[in-house]
Amino acid sequence: MGLENIIAEALPEVLTTKLDALVNWARKSSLWPATFGLACCAIEMMNATSARNDLARFGSEVFRASPRQADVMIVSGRVSRKMAPVLRRIYDQMPEPKWVISMGACATSGGVFDNYAIVQGVDKIVPVDVYVPGCPPRPEMLINAVMMLQDKVMKESLRDRRDIPIEQAREAVPPGTLPGSGISALNEAAAQDADEKSNVSRPYTIPSRHERRRSS
Amino acid sequence: MSKDIEREQAIAEQAATEPLKDQAGSQLISALQATHADAVSEVIQAFGEITIIVPREHIVELCEYLKTKPEFNFNLLADICGADRGPEEDPRFEVNYHLFSTTKFHRLRLKVVLSEEDARVPTVTGVWRTANWHERETFDMFGVRFDGHPDLRRILLPDDWQGHALRKDFPLRGYEPYSLS
Repeated sequence: MGLENIIAEALPEVLTTKLDALVNWARKSSLWPATFGLACCAIEMMNATSARNDLARFGSEVFRASPRQADVMIVSGRVSRKMAPVLRRIYDQMPEPKWVISMGACATSGGVFDNYAIVQGVDKIVPVDVYVPGCPPRPEMLINAVMMLQDKVMKESLRDRRDIPIEQAREAVPPGTLPGSGISALNEAAAQDADEKSNVSRPYTIPSRHERRRSS
Repeated sequence: MSKDIEREQAIAEQAATEPLKDQAGSQLISALQATHADAVSEVIQAFGEITIIVPREHIVELCEYLKTKPEFNFNLLADICGADRGPEEDPRFEVNYHLFSTTKFHRLRLKVVLSEEDARVPTVTGVWRTANWHERETFDMFGVRFDGHPDLRRILLPDDWQGHALRKDFPLRGYEPYSLS
């Protein structure tokens, strides 16, 4: 999108890799996070930006309060079902290029809260680039995650984030599904199942071999 | 040695004859039973705490009295919480009012027991304004309705949630996993 792609199309082939490298270097060196501290992990995120472990050394100079000015959304903390649409809306308000770091066990997988109120993993709402385990992860782990994201950004290509028609846009694909993996077939199958079983409401259970529960 | 044994026996005797709550508390409760005999249906004293079981119709009147009367002066409603005794019990739901006095420093618990078919209680928002949100939480989690409440809607769960989450027959993980659609 934008200026980088216009220049990329105008340049001869041999120079596009150099342009890729330049653009990716610029993007990775100035990843400005959007403040999305929800719970306890937010304290460790604050620690990562404060003097002792300084995230600004790696380019995250300032945490922008407005998502429209941010590059990366660090989801730190448990996401409740009531908060989930808000999180999705903030993610949608971020302009491309954008990335998501899921910080902590609760954002990655629901953490210790395996219940009705907490979304079991923020990747059910937004596409995640880097997951950080921990409860909470140490600030050094968050800095490692930002460095890992920077490595990921360097490997990107300008063709990945081109302006694409709405039907093929990333937002049209439900998050958590791979592109081009037969999504429409999945949706149709799910709709058929839903029609058959729509009137029965059953408690949600996952049989798990390593967990022994007396009741769900 | 014998003196220690004697002293221990004396302490044990004293503890056996004293009521669990101090004398002042018991006197206050007796005074309350005298003036509001129909409101105080049962008094439970255990673990140093006093619980009064109140019939649903008299709860507002009793709360007014407890707040305004100078000997009691329960000006702080510390908590309203519900409890579900289980689907097989009758009465099924309880609503507990925890009262505290910031001048006299004594505490009291009022309990209203409700059956499942008729889980309604008059609101005490007129007595303590803080009851507003506590009653919303009790409604959200248990489904107990508060008559006369100015704004009875869900407070913790999303507005379009089906069911009441802290009832004993609500499954821990809920009914379906979260999905955006």
